[in-house]
Amino acid sequence: MLSSQSYQDPGKMKDYHYSGPVEHRFSPYSFNGGTVLAVAGEDFAIVASDTRLSEGYSIHSRDSPKCYKLTDTTVIGCSGFHGDCLTLTKIIDARLKMYKHSNNKTMTSNAIAAMLSTILYGRRFFPYYVYNIIGGLDEHGKGAVYSFDPVGSYQRDTYKAGGSASAMLQPLLDNQIGFKNMEGVQHVPLTQERAVQLVKDVFISAAERDVYTGDALRLCIITKEGINEQTVPLRKD
Amino acid sequence: MALEDICGFQDTPLHRKCFPASHFEDTATSFDCYSAEFRGLKKSGRDSGIPLQFFIPSLPNSAPFNHRSTSHFSPSKHSVTVRRPFPLSHGTTTLGFIFQGGVIAAADTRASAGGLVACPAVHKITPIHSHLVVTSSGSGADCMLWERILAREIRLYQLRHRRCLSICGTAKLLSFMLHPFKGTDVCVALTLCGWDKEAGNTDSSFITDNSSSAGFSSQDVSAMAYPSSPNRGPKLIYVCSDGARLQGDVFSVGSGSPYAYGVLDGRLRWNLSKEEAVSLAREAVFRATHRDAYSGNNVDLFHITAQGWSRRKREELKEEYYRDMERRTKTVGERKRVTVLDALG
Repeated sequence: MLSSQSYQDPGKMKDYHYSGPVEHRFSPYSFNGGTVLAVAGEDFAIVASDTRLSEGYSIHSRDSPKCYKLTDTTVIGCSGFHGDCLTLTKIIDARLKMYKHSNNKTMTSNAIAAMLSTILYGRRFFPYYVYNIIGGLDEHGKGAVYSFDPVGSYQRDTYKAGGSASAMLQPLLDNQIGFKNMEGVQHVPLTQERAVQLVKDVFISAAERDVYTGDALRLCIITKEGINEQTVPLRKD
Repeated sequence: MALEDICGFQDTPLHRKCFPASHFEDTATSFDCYSAEFRGLKKSGRDSGIPLQFFIPSLPNSAPFNHRSTSHFSPSKHSVTVRRPFPLSHGTTTLGFIFQGGVIAAADTRASAGGLVACPAVHKITPIHSHLVVTSSGSGADCMLWERILAREIRLYQLRHRRCLSICGTAKLLSFMLHPFKGTDVCVALTLCGWDKEAGNTDSSFITDNSSSAGFSSQDVSAMAYPSSPNRGPKLIYVCSDGARLQGDVFSVGSGSPYAYGVLDGRLRWNLSKEEAVSLAREAVFRATHRDAYSGNNVDLFHITAQGWSRRKREELKEEYYRDMERRTKTVGERKRVTVLDALG
């Protein structure tokens, strides 16, 4: 469904006044909303996303989670244009299988991150409109988060928010997990319970202020025991 | 990546069957004929060609591809008309200069995308090998991937020819690899800061005249100080995706570079001590981050000598700003006190 909103910058309202005849080009991209978050702890990682799929003023689905399981220790969260998210995850799955069959071992999180960077940059001139965040455990069992931009630049972080509400959530995470810009506070390492509670609170706040985020929250908690999934309801309006 | 190439793994038909990944996501028929040519290119000259395959969107009303007689990839023929709905990261301050104690490379650590700080702690200075460090400026993803490609090519050269490529050679290689992308919106401005350990090939006659024995190694020569030899010692070369390749003594690149140049031009001399040079580089980046909105957060500093590169601990600039603010309030207070005293006679 093509709405005129999709031809403009995502999230910005179109000016409703007549400025002369305008030629509308077909844009191959569309913005489907959604927020993804990942947090890495000492021996765990959490990847969380909302489950709303929207386009312009409509909601296509209330149950479309944006976390995709790649291996037993890695989960990827993709937000942006849903078509590109689906294709990209299919390509990553295929590459993981090929690696498994030719090298007889599963890809580690940092190998997946490096591979995704080259996949994304191969489309430098017609990019995948996807904001990716990979969360998982590295070879030493410590939590790792890798955040990407749509053309393949990536970085290992402790926490990262991506998607439509990222500009609202990232400063909150900087303050609560990174203890940035706070004086006289003890830097307590993050426990799994506190991290889960923080992620839930942060998404509830995001659903309040961002129209593209809401409906439900899907959490994937990755530990050496495996991947544990939880669903928490959010505002549906 | 590099070891795979040198073992010739990629040329076997088994590999091509197993790893069509770089091909299968492209549906445009034009790209299929390019990829076939590229495979031919790869077989004929392993050192030539772009080591990464790119998907170029084919447009419905673009000219037919029969007239493409050149076998080499040239994306500038199709202008990029797919409008990107997101901004890419840009904006930086990086600098490098040569002094008597080697080369100093310094950079800030902010990556901004549009008006948002995409990442406050990026590594803009990347080591390529033990004696070469590259500072990057321009689009973040472009710089990161091209540095990876450069590191791979340098490693391949080292494995094939059993010696390190000179800094000038590295710069030339990078410039030629970037040339096909001139005119597209690939935005890469790298400063190669390094130390050439060995003498270049053209210098062999110069060396033999000055040695006593015939069978000496190039390492002995570099241990003696030959400051006049053009192919040894510290080197600073700027390579840009527009095609520029410049050698110099001081370079600063990025949106904060005018401010950094101001500070450097005031205090840079050849015979600075190591501490003075480090403090000068730090000061230049600090002043640039203060005035330029797109630079900020931390300072990274690398020092390259004949022994290799060494990295100074990343420094948060927040404390420096507060110290600077205190200093200013003190001088203002002092000035007020003096004027009041003067006024009283």
